[in-house]
Amino acid sequence: MHTAPLLEVHGCCKTFPKTDGGELLVLDSIDLALREGEIVGLLGRSGSGKSTLLRLIAGLTRPASGSITYLGKPVQQPPPGIALVFQSFALFPWLTVLENVELGLEALGLPRAEIRRRSLAAIDLIGLDGFESAYPRELSGGMRQRVGFARAVVVHPNVLLMDEPFSALDVLTAETLRTDFLDLWSEGKLPIKAVILVTHNIEEAVLMCDRVLVFGTNPGRVLGEIKIDLPHPRDRLDPTFRELVERIYVELTAKPTPERVAARADRFPGTGISTILTRVSSNLLSGLLEAVAGPPYDGEADLPVIAQALHMEVDDLFPVAETLQMLRFAEVAGGDIKLTLEGRAFADAGLDERKRLFAHHVRTYVPLAGHIRRVLDERPTHGAPWTRFSDELEDHMSPQAAEQTLRAVISWGRYAEIFAYDDHRRMFSLENP
Amino acid sequence: MRAAERIPVGKRLPSSPFWDVVAALLVLGLLVFFAEASRGVVLPLSELQAHPVSLDPMNLPLYAARTALRMLAAMGLSLVFTFTYATWAAKSRRAEVVLIPLLDILQSVPILGFISITVVFFMSLAPDRVLGAEFAAIFAVFTSQAWNMAFSFYQSLRTVPEELNEAARSFRLGAWMTFWRLEACFAMPALIWNMMMSMSGGWFFVVASEAISVGDITITLPGIGSYIAVAIAQRDLGAVGLAIGAMLMVILIYDQLLFRPLVAWADRFRFEHEVGAASPRSWVLAMLRRSRLVAWAVAPFASAWRWSFRVLARPHRAEARTTFDVRTARWIDWAWGAAVIAGALFAFGKAARFVMTEVALAEVGRATMLGLATLTRVVVLIAIASVIWVPIGIWIGLRPKLARVGQPIAQFMAAFPANVLFPIAVSAIVAFQLNPDIWLSPLMVLGTQWYILFNVIAGASTIPGELRDLSRNLGVEGWLWWRKVALPAVFPFYVTGAITASGGSWNASIVAEVASWGGDKLQARGLGAYIAEATAAGDYQRIVLGIMVMSAFVILLNRAFWHPLYRIAENRFRLG
Repeated sequence: MHTAPLLEVHGCCKTFPKTDGGELLVLDSIDLALREGEIVGLLGRSGSGKSTLLRLIAGLTRPASGSITYLGKPVQQPPPGIALVFQSFALFPWLTVLENVELGLEALGLPRAEIRRRSLAAIDLIGLDGFESAYPRELSGGMRQRVGFARAVVVHPNVLLMDEPFSALDVLTAETLRTDFLDLWSEGKLPIKAVILVTHNIEEAVLMCDRVLVFGTNPGRVLGEIKIDLPHPRDRLDPTFRELVERIYVELTAKPTPERVAARADRFPGTGISTILTRVSSNLLSGLLEAVAGPPYDGEADLPVIAQALHMEVDDLFPVAETLQMLRFAEVAGGDIKLTLEGRAFADAGLDERKRLFAHHVRTYVPLAGHIRRVLDERPTHGAPWTRFSDELEDHMSPQAAEQTLRAVISWGRYAEIFAYDDHRRMFSLENP
Repeated sequence: MRAAERIPVGKRLPSSPFWDVVAALLVLGLLVFFAEASRGVVLPLSELQAHPVSLDPMNLPLYAARTALRMLAAMGLSLVFTFTYATWAAKSRRAEVVLIPLLDILQSVPILGFISITVVFFMSLAPDRVLGAEFAAIFAVFTSQAWNMAFSFYQSLRTVPEELNEAARSFRLGAWMTFWRLEACFAMPALIWNMMMSMSGGWFFVVASEAISVGDITITLPGIGSYIAVAIAQRDLGAVGLAIGAMLMVILIYDQLLFRPLVAWADRFRFEHEVGAASPRSWVLAMLRRSRLVAWAVAPFASAWRWSFRVLARPHRAEARTTFDVRTARWIDWAWGAAVIAGALFAFGKAARFVMTEVALAEVGRATMLGLATLTRVVVLIAIASVIWVPIGIWIGLRPKLARVGQPIAQFMAAFPANVLFPIAVSAIVAFQLNPDIWLSPLMVLGTQWYILFNVIAGASTIPGELRDLSRNLGVEGWLWWRKVALPAVFPFYVTGAITASGGSWNASIVAEVASWGGDKLQARGLGAYIAEATAAGDYQRIVLGIMVMSAFVILLNRAFWHPLYRIAENRFRLG
């Protein structure tokens, strides 16, 4: 049966202004149609713009181009009938559980008795009975997020938007809340017609969603869509389930980083420093190298398998794997990670040898690190201020990304002992006390 | 489904008739107090001459009540100002460019300097009525209270957590409802803390502004300040002692009836709760919460409040930004900036011309030299106060039991108007024939040094136990311990306290550099004395010149010294 979609996103782009007056593209022509009765997952790493898309749909910001329509009408401000659940709960700490739940109804201007009746019903439904007079600070994280759900459900929204609702909770609590939500959803007890779930947890997406849109970064865009036809309740150990998880990993690693780096370097010939770097501690890099080098993987591992073994989510694992790939210590493709010869050598080496190897790779494969070292070598004082490099970077990226990139390169530069940095004076130097 | 009535809402404590009686008595007492104290306000001005302030101790309670009421009125005015001015600055980007720097400058202007100007203005509004003079005094106190409250509120509004803002918008709370349900609540703890600080500062000014003479106008409003002025004129140390006692009582009552309940009430608005910290308590708040009478009286207001949310519900618009908008907006920004700069230059030119009609350029040089003298006093005295109070503050702060006692005492000392104590010091200087240039100076920091003490105590008590255990473990002791552990840990707190103390000292110089005891008049060379002298002579050009020079000194000192120091403290020494 074909019904008109509740919500339609068409060719949506979003930009943020840069300091030099230019614009930074964070979402590139997104299409999405949400139909009654489905849970759609938006899956991707941080920086892929999935939370931005959620805020566009919620009417909290406006797209640079493209259209968003809800029930056939364009979304220009937060529309009635779309409710949000936040990652950080976003409860009002000075209101009790009951007052927090009543807030949305008060804004609708309903009569007092009606507000009270509906709020108590929602509190009952979400399993908060007995906590009506508690303040949020008295509650555990799980209970707080239940208040977040009750507050959203009580306004009887057609569309529920969830922004990583379980990621601030511990593993056990998150699982309880997920199953409770799915039970209510499949039994049709929730006054909701469709759900959009933003997540960076691949298993969560496969567990809860009817289809998953996989997002890529720089700029944020949809890499692919995966339908999940498994019946509820789903079993994480079911081979079909595992296969879907594996497929999403493959999708997420489908476009290897070097190509993108190369593509970007082409756009700014001669510098090659414009890659946005993620700050990954050398401990994590060594840790992953050692884990993959050791038994039972012996230098080659399936990403979902190693993620599960190390209790890491996509957001934690991918930056480490990609940094290793950039440094030529590993290759990442097709959902697998495979160590290079140097990667194996690093894993087997002692501290001094590791530092030597790391210094060589950072200077060779991270253009910005080589660039900083060259500038310091050339200057008679062997010193350069932070702004010398941040200004250069901000020609190609947002100030936040420039800050993050410099912080990353400083941390690697310090570990490799190729330069020093004094944060009080904000100066790079070659001094090494 | 259960009956709605059975659900406990909020945390109503079990009510009891006992608390009803206490509440009723308290409310009745307050009503009588207000009626008594405000009766004199509408009388004609000649009434003041007919019944001059007398030193009869029986009059003192009424004088104290008048002084306290002035404080309350000024606080109400400051709140209204805060809610409008700060909200406007926080909501409108263009207003912000003007309002915030203006606030910064107003903070640095010596308030006591322009009492003389405002007195004339307010007297002309209500000629021959006490009301005009009352307004002038209240306005003086207002100018000492409002700026930092507005600043704190503005900063709170700007730092409301983004996700709470988004929640409010996505649940379609109107602007009015968002303000009262989210923004004002979020700002409340910081605002109440600043109200307490303002109140502390305010006592000083209410005392100073009750007995003013500008040229040939002399106004003596009934109050503790005038009582002391009369006591000074009559060289009556006993009366000064009585006034000090009355002042102590008034501050204590304010603390018990107003601030303690407010702080206890605002505790629930605190966004982050440190674990293990005891919640503040107040018997007055407990009484109000337990009394059924109060609950019954408050209920209609609460529903009116809710009704206003419903009536004024109008959801926000999502911010619409197209490239066209951005470009036009930038042009308007430019035009607006140019207009603001032109306006500022015009105002400065106007003021300069006004001053120059009567005053030669050499006078500017003289005022600047006097400013340097006062600057030296402020710097030396703050340094001396720091050397004394920082070690003591650290010593107290590291002993939790002592800190619990010492902290409120230091705060109380900061609230106590030091000018009430001046006569004692001045009579001693006269008796021993000391050099006023040196011995009048300590009066400037008499009231403000406590800000250093209680901030340092607060800083020392935040040094984590682990850090102290570690230094003991490593054998870090003596000077090394002070240099590496204690001083860096309290540094940011010290800077906060010293900024307040320094600002307050400039203001105090206007009343501290000139002092009298009966017929003996003592005067130190300084900008404060210059302004005080010009005020007594009704010489407006010199008053304005003095204020401008002093403001310039304060702004320069802040920009060149305190702000950089504060940034260093923030970046380098902030724990955690």
